[in-house]
Amino acid sequence: MSVILVNNISKKYIIKHHSKRQGDVKDAVSGYSKTLFGNKTKVENEEFWALTDISFEVEQGDRLGLIGSNGAGKSTLLKVLSRITEPTSGNIRMKGRLASLLEVGTGFHPELTGRENIFLNGAILGMRRAEIDKHFDAIVDFAGIERFLDTPVKRYSSGMYVRLGFAIAAHLEPEILIVDEVLAVGDADFQKKSLGKMKDVSKSGRTLIFVSHNLTAVQGLCNKGAFMQQGKLKTFGEVGHVINEYVQSVSKFRLCQSWDTPESAPGTDDIRVKRIEIKPTVELKTSFIDVRIPLKIVFEFWSMFEEADLNISVFLYTMAGECIFNIGSSPKTMKKGIVRGEVDIPGGFLNDGSYYISVMVVKDSANPLFFFEDAISFDIQDFREGTAWYGKWPGAIRPLFIPVNTWQQEFM
Amino acid sequence: MNSSSKEVYISNGKTTLDYWSEIWQSRELFWILAKRDILVRYKQTVLGVAWSIIRPLLTALVMVFAFGKIAKLDQETSIDYMLVVMPGVIIWLFFSQSLSLVSNSIVGNTNLVSKVYFPRLIVPLSSLMIGLLDAMIAFGLFVLLCFWYQYIPDWKVIFVPVFMLLAYLGAFGFGLIAAVLNVKYRDVSQVIPFLVQFGYFASPIAYTSELVQKNLSQTSTGDFLYLLYTINPVAGSIDGLRWSLLGDFSAFNFQSFLSLVIFDLVMLIIAIRMFRKSENSFVDYI
Repeated sequence: MSVILVNNISKKYIIKHHSKRQGDVKDAVSGYSKTLFGNKTKVENEEFWALTDISFEVEQGDRLGLIGSNGAGKSTLLKVLSRITEPTSGNIRMKGRLASLLEVGTGFHPELTGRENIFLNGAILGMRRAEIDKHFDAIVDFAGIERFLDTPVKRYSSGMYVRLGFAIAAHLEPEILIVDEVLAVGDADFQKKSLGKMKDVSKSGRTLIFVSHNLTAVQGLCNKGAFMQQGKLKTFGEVGHVINEYVQSVSKFRLCQSWDTPESAPGTDDIRVKRIEIKPTVELKTSFIDVRIPLKIVFEFWSMFEEADLNISVFLYTMAGECIFNIGSSPKTMKKGIVRGEVDIPGGFLNDGSYYISVMVVKDSANPLFFFEDAISFDIQDFREGTAWYGKWPGAIRPLFIPVNTWQQEFM
Repeated sequence: MNSSSKEVYISNGKTTLDYWSEIWQSRELFWILAKRDILVRYKQTVLGVAWSIIRPLLTALVMVFAFGKIAKLDQETSIDYMLVVMPGVIIWLFFSQSLSLVSNSIVGNTNLVSKVYFPRLIVPLSSLMIGLLDAMIAFGLFVLLCFWYQYIPDWKVIFVPVFMLLAYLGAFGFGLIAAVLNVKYRDVSQVIPFLVQFGYFASPIAYTSELVQKNLSQTSTGDFLYLLYTINPVAGSIDGLRWSLLGDFSAFNFQSFLSLVIFDLVMLIIAIRMFRKSENSFVDYI
């Protein structure tokens, strides 16, 4: 049964351009007098379509993840869905009580106490007084603010503020829940807790629409995905497939970067990057790298120190920004010149997906000299044999060298 | 609380069919927003709620001093001038405060309007509650003054709520138009304080409509000016309140009453229509 039916939604904004820029006070004053005395500065109106022809359908119990780069129209779509602003054309049919959570702690008043704000925020989000009463203890417990219940929220730490906001929202019981980027706040522990709570929500058969830049969260939580680009819906369907489309469209893979002279290279006065590269150590039969292929990372830099104890530290991240590992070399005394480091990543270790690497040069094993972020990125394709299953293999790594053994323990 | 059968249809220019019932269902939000405004108001003040007494009392005292003692208007009244001024002060403070609050309500609650859906009319409606509470406190003050001057109002006091309601509707209608315009044109927030200041002198707070009529009737354009004077909804409300509170002191002023009722109706109709037309796109202009 479909609970949300979005039909050709478009949203137009008018952007005004003044033909003359009004930068400083003098311009502002002259512009002001011009408007006063009828000599109007020419204002050009430009149409901007934040959304164009969006159509999709959400079934009861679906968890839809909305992804796309900044300015793709995700937030505008959420605003239209949650009735904060109206579409320019098209229509939406929706069945059931909807609650939208576009920010944590909407309407919190700094002067009011935690207790008062629970009731205020709950009512704003559409909870009935009786519901809030019922969940009150659970909310306080979830947020962990028992001691500060009667303290004005303006005295809360930002963490407490966010926790309280999320705790209230988590105890909403709408049939459709719309959530925007709330996981971007709070510490890791709290993020885990809130993600868990959202999983509970989805398990209870309610419908969830979730926007996040954290692809891992989307992957873990959602069953359907929608990838938006420049106001258009590019892909809609199974979440793994949609995430792949997104990642491929945004990541420009950079397998190698090198510089000829220290002057042009990135770095500091003492450290200049010469080359960073990732390459397969076996000959490829295909045009891409798959999960079996062993890889080598090569990193070279100019050291301007006459003599220094240096080591390098390598970080590997998933495209979603999660760090898979961080390994370092042991410090060695290096003279002025070019220093080279190598890391071997065995085949059958990383899972299929996109990764990027950052490298850090460290002096005296304690002072980071230069952190070369997002230095190279690469993509690993799936390969499997001897299995009839072709769904997305879960996990950031797929360490095939860890054996899983089974045997017949007993006969019956 | 099973509302799963409820279907929402969203498209351009379309407000929900059950517009008013939706507002009724949001009455809890209405109360809690009103409560918020009231709770927050006197936070971090030393005198707290006492301000709600001090304000009308001081205003009335200044009026009595300036108009009663210096302009010697108190010599023409049969009852104590303080009692003549108080109904004017009550209505004036209520009206001007409500007008400012309502006209600023949507812009002042941007953080809500841009993040959550709820019937938008709740915001201006709830912002009026502060003024109503203040007016009730001021009425308490009036009762105390009645004891002080040993004055007993007659049976007509039962009409007090009628005139408060008429003043309320006038402030709401006019304020709501300003609130809608204020979203797009912040000029409104420049105009309102000016209007309030102007109204302070144009309204019969410290003088009476009888006096105005008497003085104007001596000039050639008097009737026209008096008509202009009665268009001011504050004049009608104050005349009505004086009639119901001050016994035989003032006669019922049909002209200002009629123009008050017309003002309220016209403003309300225009205001609600304007509001419904633009409430779904507040966020785009705010």
